[in-house]
Amino acid sequence: MIRNSASQMAAKLASGETTSVALTQAHLDQIKAVDDKVHAFLFVDEKGALEQAAQVDAKRAKGEKLSPLAGVPLALKDVLAQKNKPTTCGSKILEGWLPPYDSTVVTNLKNNDIIILGKTNMDEFAMGSSTENSAYGPTHNPWDLSRIPGGSGGGSSAALASFEAPLAIGTDTGGSIRQPAAVTGTVGVKPTYGGVSRFGLVAFSSSLDQAGPCARTVLDTALLHEAIAGYDPKDATSINAPVPQVVKAAKEANVKGMKIGVVKELNGDGYQPGVRARFEEALELLAKAGAEIVEVSAPNFEYALAAYYLIAPSEASSNLARFDAMRYGLRVGDVDGASAESVMNLTREVGFGKEVKRRIILGTYALSSGYYDAYYGSAQKVRTLITQDFTQAFTKADVLVSPTCPTTAFKIGEKANDPLAMYLNDIATIPVNMAGIGGMSLPAGLADEDGLPVGFQIMSPVMKDDRMYSVGGALEAALLSKWGAPLLDRAPKLEASK
Amino acid sequence: MSSLSRDEVAKLAGLARIEMSEDELVSLSKEFTVILDAVARVQEVASADVAPTSHPLSLRNVFRPDVVVPSLSPEDALSGAPAQEDQRFRVPQILGEE
Amino acid sequence: MSLTYDDVVAKYEPVLGLEVHVELNTESKMFCGCATVFGAEPNTQTCPVCLALPGALPVVNEKAIESTIKIGLALNCSIAPFSRFARKNYFYPDMPKNFQISQYDEPICIDGYVDVEIETDEGPKKFRIEVERVHMEEDTGKSLHVGGATGRIHGAEYSLLDYNRAGIPLVEIVTKIVPGTGKYAPEVAKAYVAELRDILRSLGVSDVKMEQGSLRCDANVSLRLIGEEKLGTRSETKNVNSLRSVERAVRGEMIRHAELLNAGGRVVQETRHFQEDTGLTRSGRSKEQAEDYRYFPEPDLVPVEPDAAWIEKLRAGLPERPSIRRKRLQEAWAVPEKEMAAMINADVLDIVEETVLLGADPTKARSWWLGEISRIANDKDVAIADLAITPSDVAEIVALVNAGELTDKLARQVVEGVISGEGKPSEVVAKRGIKVVNDDGALMAAIEKVCAEQAETAEKVRAGHIPAAGALIGAVMKETKGQADAARVRELLLGHLGQPTN
Repeated sequence: MIRNSASQMAAKLASGETTSVALTQAHLDQIKAVDDKVHAFLFVDEKGALEQAAQVDAKRAKGEKLSPLAGVPLALKDVLAQKNKPTTCGSKILEGWLPPYDSTVVTNLKNNDIIILGKTNMDEFAMGSSTENSAYGPTHNPWDLSRIPGGSGGGSSAALASFEAPLAIGTDTGGSIRQPAAVTGTVGVKPTYGGVSRFGLVAFSSSLDQAGPCARTVLDTALLHEAIAGYDPKDATSINAPVPQVVKAAKEANVKGMKIGVVKELNGDGYQPGVRARFEEALELLAKAGAEIVEVSAPNFEYALAAYYLIAPSEASSNLARFDAMRYGLRVGDVDGASAESVMNLTREVGFGKEVKRRIILGTYALSSGYYDAYYGSAQKVRTLITQDFTQAFTKADVLVSPTCPTTAFKIGEKANDPLAMYLNDIATIPVNMAGIGGMSLPAGLADEDGLPVGFQIMSPVMKDDRMYSVGGALEAALLSKWGAPLLDRAPKLEASK
Repeated sequence: MSSLSRDEVAKLAGLARIEMSEDELVSLSKEFTVILDAVARVQEVASADVAPTSHPLSLRNVFRPDVVVPSLSPEDALSGAPAQEDQRFRVPQILGEE
Repeated sequence: MSLTYDDVVAKYEPVLGLEVHVELNTESKMFCGCATVFGAEPNTQTCPVCLALPGALPVVNEKAIESTIKIGLALNCSIAPFSRFARKNYFYPDMPKNFQISQYDEPICIDGYVDVEIETDEGPKKFRIEVERVHMEEDTGKSLHVGGATGRIHGAEYSLLDYNRAGIPLVEIVTKIVPGTGKYAPEVAKAYVAELRDILRSLGVSDVKMEQGSLRCDANVSLRLIGEEKLGTRSETKNVNSLRSVERAVRGEMIRHAELLNAGGRVVQETRHFQEDTGLTRSGRSKEQAEDYRYFPEPDLVPVEPDAAWIEKLRAGLPERPSIRRKRLQEAWAVPEKEMAAMINADVLDIVEETVLLGADPTKARSWWLGEISRIANDKDVAIADLAITPSDVAEIVALVNAGELTDKLARQVVEGVISGEGKPSEVVAKRGIKVVNDDGALMAAIEKVCAEQAETAEKVRAGHIPAAGALIGAVMKETKGQADAARVRELLLGHLGQPTN
């Protein structure tokens, strides 16, 4: 049952073939069985999940009208506040903190009766592409436990790929939903910026962060997208407009007459051969399904990575200033005679990991007097250029596509000491965040050379998120009929621990 | 070539309120030489005629009405406090200005 | 070596710069829906946003924007077609986010002015104070320093933080440098803050209570030799909390600077704290280097672009400028300059006007508020506004006097009764059984009694020495416990003693 898609599970719940309690218990059992190997979860809320499931079953028994995903379990990235549940952001500095409030995403999940199984592992404060930067130890890729599951949302993607949950929430600042989806053979969507409320999402980079849905199929992702998206007056950057009809688009999966633009700059040198092969193959399938493939150029994308690594750390240096040991979280060095300042300094030394400190210092530098124009200011200009490139490209194509990442999953530890090599992972995902548009990654197959999943990225204009679901749905269907079974069926079976 | 000396890193760490060991200061200073070179590329295209974008959306004038909504209970407000006294957050002595 | 103020201004020219922080009186905070009630129990008006809990986001209070635009318009500013919030980054425990949401290079109002008039040796003189900018920001929490002496920060063992005030909307009004005030600099500074306070009050955007901190002034002062172009080094005196203190702080800093300069020393650019008790300032922590606030546009908020229609609507709703209103009232009430100044000083202009609007004669209304009621407020050491007497009470009392139902003396008893919480004037009159004795028979009995007792005086009056009647009238009033109408007593008495009655 746990290998079903979320929509199949929802159908079984609706037909009475199973109950939410049984379904939730099955996933809790799977977590117990395999999570010591995968380490997708930082916190499993067994009691809370089963209580919530029982409530949904009771509602269903009473004949209440329920939402499409009611009763289906979900894994929540630990960067979203959930009332009275640990919310650590993968950091020591928030160890033991229990938020006194729910994020809007969590409120929406609860309103849709989606069962929250627990909180998933992540790079500390979402800074990273491998989940190795979690203060609580790395997550392992279910395809190969010695490899990274992507990051920062590696816990969410690994939970999906190891059948610990059929649905997950991620957040994407530079690719943290899409890159983990790509390397684990799952689906992840970064909605248009402002499409999903950021209220209660612990900020990394406010102008780039966006929460989004993750699942194993395009339709499941669309169902979850509609459950969490929508205007929120508590987020001043939330878009006050109807949610794009992504479920309809995923179901119709129609690309006939659609123009699909291949971004010239997001392919070629630096991209693994197996990644390029699967990408080309996907293009052929889309053409066969009736889409027109065109090439577009985005000359400024090559500066996106540099601009990202100025903008995100700058905003982060300010966003993370609140972790100061005064009101919540870790406090270190509060001995007799210590000053607030020394306690702040010591707490932040101990509470933050190396990558977080690196980025805070970089951001502090980029904003500091005398350097602002050269760094932060210039990066903002690059942002304008990238947005212009997208605007231009979208005059020639309805959606843009590229491989999600240049490579398949690398080994844990392989790039840990080379921040620049690590940053290069995000080269194809970052432009989407810079422009605030939508982006999806879905599985395109396995690379021949290493047998690991390859992601196919689809980018759609602001609030035209439905387009990527049309394309994703069509490609998924074509690949499924080619493979005969979902890609994840080819992943090695995880042995249950005793 | 951009670079950042050990002392500059120390000054930034002070601004960012992060205590750092000598080793950390030195190793960060080395790393920054590489990182700054990479990020300084933005200057190649950031000419004066390009307007900066600080935000991906062109939203304007987003306000809330001046209406009071319930606050947290003081218990909830103080629930995460490392130390508290008389319904206030207790913090170590504050050096500096009033 | 102590310089006199005259020595200072004979040699140096002061240059001022004034920054005034105003807490707006919105119902809810700047970026969240928490209440803003002054004096609430600690941490009862806080939420994830104003405590800066992880994940919380700010949303701008529309009324705060409107109030700020109104302030800008009242100060003759241009309203920026595009303005933005920025983060001002620095760590301080009373500031939960460790950045303040403020405005930096894109404030909402720019380039205005305020005219003030002060008395000079050559008569009244007008000074124009140019306003550089008016911008929005948020207040910080309050810390209570425990241990050590006097609750001050130095020597405290620890601090206790209350974030009720954190996030209350603040507007900062910054002047351009103000040269050319010469020896009147302290008075001009005071007059500016007073005028600002009056304008803000007339707009209804703030409580403008300096003693509660809803209006706070930072005074920048520098000196240069008379005739010198180059500005001297300035000091910034923080949180000067009364109008009188503004004047004292400026004067004190001018003398301090001059003493330093005369001794060949130099003024250190620093923050100083004004001390109410001594009238002097003391040095804050000296900053080895200028703070680097790392301002950048607040990414959680979107720009403010007020359209012309909105601005014009706010402009149309602006109240009469206080200085113009004062002139108008002065003429309408035919009040001498000195009396007008007294009313303004005592802060009774609004209540007097209200009393007049309720039908009272301006002279009487003024004399009640400025006289008896001010005296009681003084005795009780409270503000007039905090006494339990309203303009409608005073108007009613004036009407009772006019109708002959109260004498002035009785009216004072009624005022006292109202203030002690005995009810409306009519209720006080009823409860205390206060009434004018206008029964001529009773009065005549009293008059006859008094004339018998003071036969000698009565004889003088009978002989035509009218002034002597005063003592007899007084005695009659005493006899009737003040409830008689003194004019009627006089009439009857003079008639009784065979004298003309007018």
